[in-house]
Amino acid sequence: MPSTAPRMRPGPKAASPSKKTVMFAPDIILAAVLNGLMTGSVYALIALGLTLVYGVLHIINFAHGATLTAAMFAVYVAQTMLAIDPYVALVPITLLFFVLGYGVQRFVIGPASHGEDRNILLVTLGLSIVIENAMLSIFRSDTRSIDVPYAFESIDLGFTFLALPRVAAFGVALLVALLLGLLLTTTDTGRAIRAVAKEKTGAALAGIDVAHIYAVTFGLGAACVAIAACLLMPTFYVTPRAGNAFVLVAFTIVVLGGMGSIPGALLGALFIGVVESLCGLFFGESLGQIGIFLIFILVLLVKPTGLFGARA
Amino acid sequence: MIRAYGPALALIGLAALVPFAVSANTVLNFIVFALIIALAAQGWNLLGGLAGQFSFGHAAFFGTGAYAAALLQTRYGVNAWVAFALGIVLAAAIGWVIGFLSFRSGLRGSYFALVTLAFAEVLRILANASAFTGGAAGTLVKLDVRPENFQFVSRAAFVWIAVALVGAVLLMTIAIMRARFGAWLTAVRENEDAARALGVDTLAVKLKAITLSAAITGAAGALYVQYFLYLDAGIAYGPWISIEALIAPIIGGIGTAFGPVLGAVALHVFGEAAKLVAGGVPGIDLVLYGLLLVATIAFAPDGLMGLLMRLGRRKTKEAR
Repeated sequence: MPSTAPRMRPGPKAASPSKKTVMFAPDIILAAVLNGLMTGSVYALIALGLTLVYGVLHIINFAHGATLTAAMFAVYVAQTMLAIDPYVALVPITLLFFVLGYGVQRFVIGPASHGEDRNILLVTLGLSIVIENAMLSIFRSDTRSIDVPYAFESIDLGFTFLALPRVAAFGVALLVALLLGLLLTTTDTGRAIRAVAKEKTGAALAGIDVAHIYAVTFGLGAACVAIAACLLMPTFYVTPRAGNAFVLVAFTIVVLGGMGSIPGALLGALFIGVVESLCGLFFGESLGQIGIFLIFILVLLVKPTGLFGARA
Repeated sequence: MIRAYGPALALIGLAALVPFAVSANTVLNFIVFALIIALAAQGWNLLGGLAGQFSFGHAAFFGTGAYAAALLQTRYGVNAWVAFALGIVLAAAIGWVIGFLSFRSGLRGSYFALVTLAFAEVLRILANASAFTGGAAGTLVKLDVRPENFQFVSRAAFVWIAVALVGAVLLMTIAIMRARFGAWLTAVRENEDAARALGVDTLAVKLKAITLSAAITGAAGALYVQYFLYLDAGIAYGPWISIEALIAPIIGGIGTAFGPVLGAVALHVFGEAAKLVAGGVPGIDLVLYGLLLVATIAFAPDGLMGLLMRLGRRKTKEAR
């Protein structure tokens, strides 16, 4: 579970908060908003995985953060030991995590939980403890990062610089969200997923293999965090607890956007990214996260269905 | 009466004799720590086991009890025993507030688990950032070993206090399960809508359960700080205690009176054994905790208590 705020290494010329100045120049605020949007795009990927699983299985996958951590370590190992660039590793690691996610749901979570929602919740919590501490046993609690030649390349916008890896992350994240949307709306598997999400007994009667669809959904959720890990690693570090800080933010996004809603997760993520960036600018690093949690609790208490959610 | 309370009283009596049989400090340390976890788990079990509301953030109550007991002593010079009692009261108050906010909005299942987790995290971040709690450096309770300061030379005294607290909650849990309140809790757990339709004031029942639950877990926190005399935000409000408080009852037998105690002790014996086997590899004991949690849900949903009952029933059958 989280011990530090998920904070990107500041890009070149990222706005740094100074206590004395109360007013910020508009271009600093604009730069903070742009940085927030790029952070938000990676949040979006993580939140998409979470909301997809919630939409279909109606439970929160508490192992999501640990999965992200595992994927980040996979990227780390690929780069340091096999010298594979994170952007090249994206394809095999995503496929690997899809298969892992599929297998875990099909052969562990499904059979172990006896079909009870409460049990699924606890099994995913148990899995997160196992994965997180297995990472701790293997990699110890050192902070690790990878060196890529383009880590500090940037794009000059005239008033600010944008770090190239983060711009790439923004583009890929939006592309993946688009592809996921297409998958759900145009393919047979996508239609089956939506059918199971709406009414699983009806879907089963129509000949859909519900256990298979559950596992596919879980696999897609894991694939989403695997992509997020590949996009994060060039500019972020990994520890055995790194994933959880992101996932707590993702919980907020999913609740804000409405559990199970894909456009909600996307917009919520961009919004939260900007809020975090601006809170960091105005209140300083350590309290930047408080803003997120307050939004989280407020939304849960006032409108648990979120902005786009259909049901509580 | 004897049938209901006899086993509990016998267990308490046996536990109280342990310090006479064992004097090794490591063993007594282990017992006190396991009992503190058992107490926190008993609190969780009242809300999660009896009322079916799974909290993933009992650290909020543990931490509040602990910080209140510590800060009242260090900042305001309140007597340690009074601070202990006030710690329990403040934890109960936090429990009521969190319960009121979340139950009034109708949060259940995943949503309730999430909101409790979020409250614990907010408290952790605040405690870590605020100067009042000593920030990231933490808070030290001054070492002044006198009984009136709730500090004792012998560890046996702490064993007895812990046994007394765990024992009292054990008896209280049995009493609740036999009372009308216990039936209401079961009704809320099994089918909340049906319970409400039959005239059970479910909001009031759940609020009472979370307040009591928070008080018990808060007592565990206050006892923790009194024993170790040190506290920081990660210990007080960290996810570790939320997880321990939840795993112990599930391993031991969720919704039973003895389950949390049995689970906490079994889990820690198991954890120590795992540490011995695995040597210095960090995290390996927790890997096993996680596997044990998944395996329990998969193969023994009623926990150790369920296994014992089954064994007992087979024995009586054979005797006939």
